[in-house]
Amino acid sequence: MNALEITRFAVRGLTANKMRSVLTMLGILIGVAAVILLVAVGQGSSDAIKQRIQSLGANTLTVSASFSGGFGGPGMRGGGGGGGPRTQARGLTLEDARAIADSGNAPSIKSVSPVVTSSSATTTYEGASHAISQVVGTYPSYFEATNRPVASGSYFTNQDVTGVRKVVVIGKTVADELFGRLDPVGRNVNIQGVSFTVVGVLKESGSTGGQDADDVAVAPLPAVQQSLTGYGSLGSIVVQATGAEKTDAAEAEITAILDQRHDITGNATADYRILNQASLQETVTEATGTFTVLLAAVAAISLLVGGIGITNIMLVTVTERTREIGIRKAIGAPRGAILGQFLIEATLLSLVGGLLGVGVAVAGSRFTIAGVQPVIVPQSIVLALGVSVAIGLFFGSYPANRAAKLRPIEALRFE
Amino acid sequence: MNRRADGTSHGPAAGPVYGLADASAGDAANGAEPVLLIRDVTKVYGEGEATVRALRGVSLTVERGDYVAIMGASGSGKSTLMNIIGCLDVPTTGTYLLGGVDVGVLDEVRLARVRNRRIGFVFQSFNLIPRMSALANVELPLAYGGVRAAERRLRALAALGLVGLSDRVGHQPNELSGGQQQRVAVARALVTSPTLLLADEPTGALDSTSTGDVLAIFDRLSLSGRTIVVITHEHDVAAHAKRVIRLMDGRIVEDRRQAPVDGPPPLAGHRPPTEAMSER
Ligand SMILES: Nc1ncnc2c1ncn2[C@@H]1O[C@H](COP(=O)(O)OP(=O)(O)OP(=O)(O)O)[C@@H](O)[C@H]1O
Ligand SMILES: [Mg+2]
Repeated sequence: MNALEITRFAVRGLTANKMRSVLTMLGILIGVAAVILLVAVGQGSSDAIKQRIQSLGANTLTVSASFSGGFGGPGMRGGGGGGGPRTQARGLTLEDARAIADSGNAPSIKSVSPVVTSSSATTTYEGASHAISQVVGTYPSYFEATNRPVASGSYFTNQDVTGVRKVVVIGKTVADELFGRLDPVGRNVNIQGVSFTVVGVLKESGSTGGQDADDVAVAPLPAVQQSLTGYGSLGSIVVQATGAEKTDAAEAEITAILDQRHDITGNATADYRILNQASLQETVTEATGTFTVLLAAVAAISLLVGGIGITNIMLVTVTERTREIGIRKAIGAPRGAILGQFLIEATLLSLVGGLLGVGVAVAGSRFTIAGVQPVIVPQSIVLALGVSVAIGLFFGSYPANRAAKLRPIEALRFE
Repeated sequence: MNRRADGTSHGPAAGPVYGLADASAGDAANGAEPVLLIRDVTKVYGEGEATVRALRGVSLTVERGDYVAIMGASGSGKSTLMNIIGCLDVPTTGTYLLGGVDVGVLDEVRLARVRNRRIGFVFQSFNLIPRMSALANVELPLAYGGVRAAERRLRALAALGLVGLSDRVGHQPNELSGGQQQRVAVARALVTSPTLLLADEPTGALDSTSTGDVLAIFDRLSLSGRTIVVITHEHDVAAHAKRVIRLMDGRIVEDRRQAPVDGPPPLAGHRPPTEAMSER
């Protein structure tokens, strides 16, 4: 009597009542598929958020003005239009940016890009017209700091900045809206009545959280100030640290410089704030981690319910087949063979159900679920399968043990 | 499960089914040792008010090759005794030696082996496993005994041939008549060539023709030297045995020998087995 033989008995036992076996497997299938898929959704959304944060730029810190008690959005949105509220607090100035850049005691800072933004700038090219949601005036270092490479053409240069040239790098959406299939590089567009020459088109970066990151135009700071925003305070200052591990040091350096320039001492609240990409990412990762664990916990419960289904079915099976067990024992079936048969039946139920569940989860992960593209975590497959088989063994062992322990005569007399 | 024992404990190369005549082969205890030795066995069911004393001290010795019929009124303890002999149940007190081995001290694994190799049990209600072909049912004890598939099939087919069911091997129990089912059950009990063939009212659910078939098989087995113990209510059936024991209220009240242990059973040949087989 070898394992193969016992397995054959087990398979025969399962196929004798197909409907019941299939329904039991369905319970496990749903449990396993739910665990894998929900973890994948959690992972997918966490990945998406991380990507979004990364697309804001690597190792960057954004310094923006903070008005008394203001709970504005993150600095990236900027105080567009340059006509931001002017309270007693001072806004950020170009001098602030220069101070950060020129100061000898900021070794962790790689580049400093002052930024002004203007929103909904009506732009025309020949017959076409489009309201660019954000026109950014800055320095060339902005492109590297915010991780925006060009797809065609080139960035504007420092000469363009000092020369106050009217050149512009436009986003994909803007290019599509105004030029369609034409190559925009070298052509002139009209932004709020001022003519700019397109020198480059940014690489597509996708929409982030309802905001189209490709609906932008980036031009030299003085050009934008001159034609769109005026020479008021800056919207923000984008600072790039020399490395990912240097962002905290960079933040301290900026704080030191700005505190001094803005006369902030002791307990006085700063009139600016610094958004640190790295720490934001950490917070978000933590939050999405919690979210994933929550989803997995919900799914684990359904796996447990599937396991109880197995126990139930195995109990019914054992009870129903008590007489058969008695016969088998009477003709000399050892306890191990009976135990093995029922354990293998339970394990097969959970294993086949689990494998099908993995299949369903993998197939399901190809679709977007609630706006999230699920990303399957291999460990979740191993875990869900492992747990489902363990459940089969654990929950199957009680009925199997009961069956194997029966004395032949008790089993034979069972009604 | 123990493969080693395959070829050895079931007799010499001739094969157990053909070797029906050498039931003693391979047994450690030869000739002198009785197949069955029961001493002062009692069996009490239940507790307190509901106590039933099914056996009140039964002692019995069965020699190799004997053919014993156990008779008695309903409730006299026949089945209780038979279940103890078949190692399906344990006595409350008393000892039981099977081929010189005290069964009471055996552990589960050994007990299973004894049931598998030493004893063939035929039930009144056939007790075939449903949804399994006759062949698979007969192969089952060999499977649990660790016999390899090819040999198992040969031996099962031979056993089915012996009970005249060669043409029904693929049928499931619910596709067979009662008599045929009982013959499958007999084949299953025989296939491991056990020392002892036990049958609890094997003909109780059968008509006279089927009863004749089964009894003819038993006569032939007895003729070839197999030890048989049969429970029956019918005098016609008991007449085939070499020895008749009567139970009453859990005690043996009569022990009558009808034919010598080493001779043929008294009615052997009255109804040639070939005739019985040819009917179906
Ligand atoms: N599991 C049990 N629990 C309680 N009492 C039992 C049990 N099995 C048998 N008995 C009792 O033991 C006594 C002997 O029963 P047993 O089955 O041995 O009789 P029997 O001689 O085989 O009868 P029959 O000819 O009707 O089959 C009866 O009184 C019966 O009620
Ligand atoms: Mg009885």
